[in-house]
Amino acid sequence: MRTPDNDHENDKDPSCPAESLSGDSSRRAFLKNLSIGAAAAGAALMTGCVPGADAAANGEMRLRWQEFFKKNYRLMTQEEKDATVDRLERLAALNDDLDLQIGSEPPLPKVLYGYAFNITRCEGFMECVTACIKENNLDRKTHTQYIRIFEMEPGQLDPSTGDGKFFHEVPVDNKFYMGTQCFHCENAPCTKACPTKATWKEPDGIVVVDYDWCIGCRYCQAACPYFGRRFNWGKPEIPRDEITTKQHYLGNRLRPVGKMEKCTFCIQRTRKGRLPACVEACPTGSRVFGNLLDPDSEIRYVLKHKKVFRMKEELGTEPKFWYFID
Amino acid sequence: MSTHPNKNLKTFIVDVFRWNLRGGIGFQLFRLLTLGCIGLGIYAYSFQARFGLSVTGMNDIVSWGFYISNFTFLVGVAAAAVMLILPAYVFHDPNFHRVVIIGEGVAVGALVMCLSFIVVDLGGPLQAWHLIPGIGLFNFPSSILAWDVLVLNGYLLLNGLVPAYILYSHYMGRKANEKLYRPFVFLSIFWAFSIHMVTAFLYQGLPARPFWNNPLMGPRFLASAFAAGPALIALILAVIHSFTSYKIDRSVFNKLRLIIVISAIINLLMLFSEIFKEFYFPTHHSSAAVYLFFGMDGHTSLVPWIWTSVCVNVLATLVLAFNPGKNNPKVLLPACVCLFVAIWMEKGIGLIVPGLIPSPLGEVVDYLPTWVELSVTLGILALGITVVSWLIRAALIIEERYEG
Ligand code: SF4
Ligand code: SF4
Repeated sequence: MRTPDNDHENDKDPSCPAESLSGDSSRRAFLKNLSIGAAAAGAALMTGCVPGADAAANGEMRLRWQEFFKKNYRLMTQEEKDATVDRLERLAALNDDLDLQIGSEPPLPKVLYGYAFNITRCEGFMECVTACIKENNLDRKTHTQYIRIFEMEPGQLDPSTGDGKFFHEVPVDNKFYMGTQCFHCENAPCTKACPTKATWKEPDGIVVVDYDWCIGCRYCQAACPYFGRRFNWGKPEIPRDEITTKQHYLGNRLRPVGKMEKCTFCIQRTRKGRLPACVEACPTGSRVFGNLLDPDSEIRYVLKHKKVFRMKEELGTEPKFWYFID
Repeated sequence: MSTHPNKNLKTFIVDVFRWNLRGGIGFQLFRLLTLGCIGLGIYAYSFQARFGLSVTGMNDIVSWGFYISNFTFLVGVAAAAVMLILPAYVFHDPNFHRVVIIGEGVAVGALVMCLSFIVVDLGGPLQAWHLIPGIGLFNFPSSILAWDVLVLNGYLLLNGLVPAYILYSHYMGRKANEKLYRPFVFLSIFWAFSIHMVTAFLYQGLPARPFWNNPLMGPRFLASAFAAGPALIALILAVIHSFTSYKIDRSVFNKLRLIIVISAIINLLMLFSEIFKEFYFPTHHSSAAVYLFFGMDGHTSLVPWIWTSVCVNVLATLVLAFNPGKNNPKVLLPACVCLFVAIWMEKGIGLIVPGLIPSPLGEVVDYLPTWVELSVTLGILALGITVVSWLIRAALIIEERYEG
C-alpha cells in the first residue's frame, strides 16, 4: 500500500488521489488535499467504511502516530530526521495552516560557541529580550523570556541582589545591568540530571532539548544553577502573524505543552553562520558571540584582552558565557 | 493441612475480589468514600490533561510542588515496612511475623501512590514510555531520577511478589517454602534503604540548590521515615486489632513505640544540627532556610507551616519517649497521628518548596497548591488507601483461615 510519506513528493503520479483534488498549486493546499486523499484511502482500508468528512483527521492521525513513536533525535539517521521534520511541517500546515520551514542542520565543523557580555556597556534597554521572544516563538501569555536583565547596585556581582523586574526609564545613574540566560555550561548539571537523555550538549557547545522526547519531569530545571530553563506549563500562545517560520528542530520550533525549553544560542541562525537575535538587536554592542576555536574571533579577543569573569564559577559548571568590563 | 484440589490461582484472585466486595454497611460506606475521592481526583486530572500543568500552582521558579512533596514523603512510608521485616526475619520475633504482611501491604500502597504522584507531575505523561529501559532511552547511571525509577519499581515488585507468594501458599493450605523467598526478603531489606537514599540523593546531588545540597539529607530521610512509617503502621494495626478478629500482640505495639522514639529523636537531633548550621552564621546559602523559618521580602506563607510542624513533632516525640499512661493506647495513638502529620508537613512541602525558593537568581515567590493539585492528591491518597485495604483484607482472611 502506498503511504502518504512516499507519494507526497510524487505529484505527477496519475493514481495519486490528491491530484484530482488539488486545484491550487500552492504547497500548503497541496499538502492538505493530499492528506485528505491519503486519509480517505487509509480509512476505507482500515474500517471498510466509506470515508466521510473526518477523513482528513485520519491522515493526521497517521502522522501523529508516527510522530509519537519516533526516536530520540540523537539516535535518528539523517533520513529519519528529514522525515520527522517533514511530518512536523505537514502537521503545522494541516492543523494551523502554517507554512513552516523546519531545519535539522548539524553542528558546523571546528566550531565551539561562546558568549560574552559587557557589563559596562549594557544600559538595560531590553532590546535583546524583545528580539529573543520574537525570534524564538516564546509564549506571550505567560511572558516567557529566556534572557533576564538585572539592575544592579555598584559593588555587587550576584544577580540575586539585583532587581530583575524593573519598569522604569533606563539607564539609571550609578546602576549597572547584568544579563542572564542559559550559559551553555561545558559541564552542565541539567543534562546530567535528565532521566531520558532528552537534553544534551551538541558538539558545537549548544545545550539543546528534544522537545518531543522530554517527558516534562523538570528535574533539569531544578538542577540548573542559573535559572536557564523554562517550562511550558500551558499551551504556548503566539499571535499568528508574529510566528517566526524559519525554524530548527532543536531550536525555535513551536513547543508542545508540558515540555522544557531554553536558549539555544539561536541554533536556527548560528548554524547558518548568523548571529543570535539578541546580539544582533543590542543597540549598545554589549553582546559578543563567536567561535571559541577561531583565534581571530571577537570573543577570543575579549577573553584575551578584557577583565572577564563567570557567574558561580565555584560550582564548576564551566559556563561558556563570560561577563567583562572595558 | 492439605492442599485443596479445587483451589487454584484463578479462585485465589476471584476470592480476593469477593472478600473485598462484601462487608458491613460501615465498610461499604468507606469504600464509597474512597471511590468518590478517586473520582474527584480523575475529574481534577482531566483539567491537567486538557490545559497542562498551568492549572497547578507551580511555575518556573517553584517547578515542583505538592505532588513531588507527597511523593518524597511517601517513599519514606514505603521504606518503613523494613522496620517490621527486620525484627521478623533477622531477629526471629514471632509476633512480628504475624504483622509483616500488613507492613508490606502498606509498602505496596505507598509505592502505588509514589508512582502515581510522579506520573501526574509529568508535563508529558504520554511520553513516559521514554523512561522504559530498552524501548526508551535511559540516562543511567548518570541521572539520579533514572535510578529512582528503577529502585521504586524494583521495591514494588519485591514487596508485591513475596507476600503474594506467601499468601497464595497459605491460601492453598500449604506452608510457604522459606528457602525460596528468604533471599528476596533480605534483598528487600537492603532495597528499602536504597529507595530512600536514592530519593534523598535526587535532591542532595543538586549543587544549584544549597538547601538540599546537604550531606545530612540521606540519613535524615531515613530517620524521619523510620519514625513516620512505623507510626502509620501502628495506627493501622490498632484499627485492625479493634475492628477485626485478627488480634495483634501488645508487645508489637511496645516494640514499634521504641523504634518510633529512637528514629524520632535522631531525626530531631539532625534537624537541630541543620538549623544550627543555617543560622549560627547565615551565608547566602542559608536563604532558603531563612525563607522557610522566618519568611523573606514579605513572603511568609511557609512560616506558620514549618513552626507548626516542628512544635507538633517535638511534642509527639516527647509523649512517645516519656510514655505517660504506661503504654495507654489513648495517649500513644494520638501521638503517633501527630508525629506522622508533623513529618508529612516537614518532609513534604517543608522540604521541597523552600529548596526552590529563592530561585538561583534570588527571586522570592509564594507557592500555593490549587484545587486541582489538592483534588488529584486526595484521589491518589484514596487510591493508596484502597490498595492497602484490599491487600490487607485479603491477607487477614487468608492468614486467619490458615492459622485457625
Ligand atoms: S545554564 Fe542551566 S540550562 Fe544552561 S547549560 Fe547550564 S545548567 Fe544547563
Ligand atoms: S523536563 Fe525534559 S529535559 Fe528536563 S529532565 Fe525532564 S525529561 Fe529531561
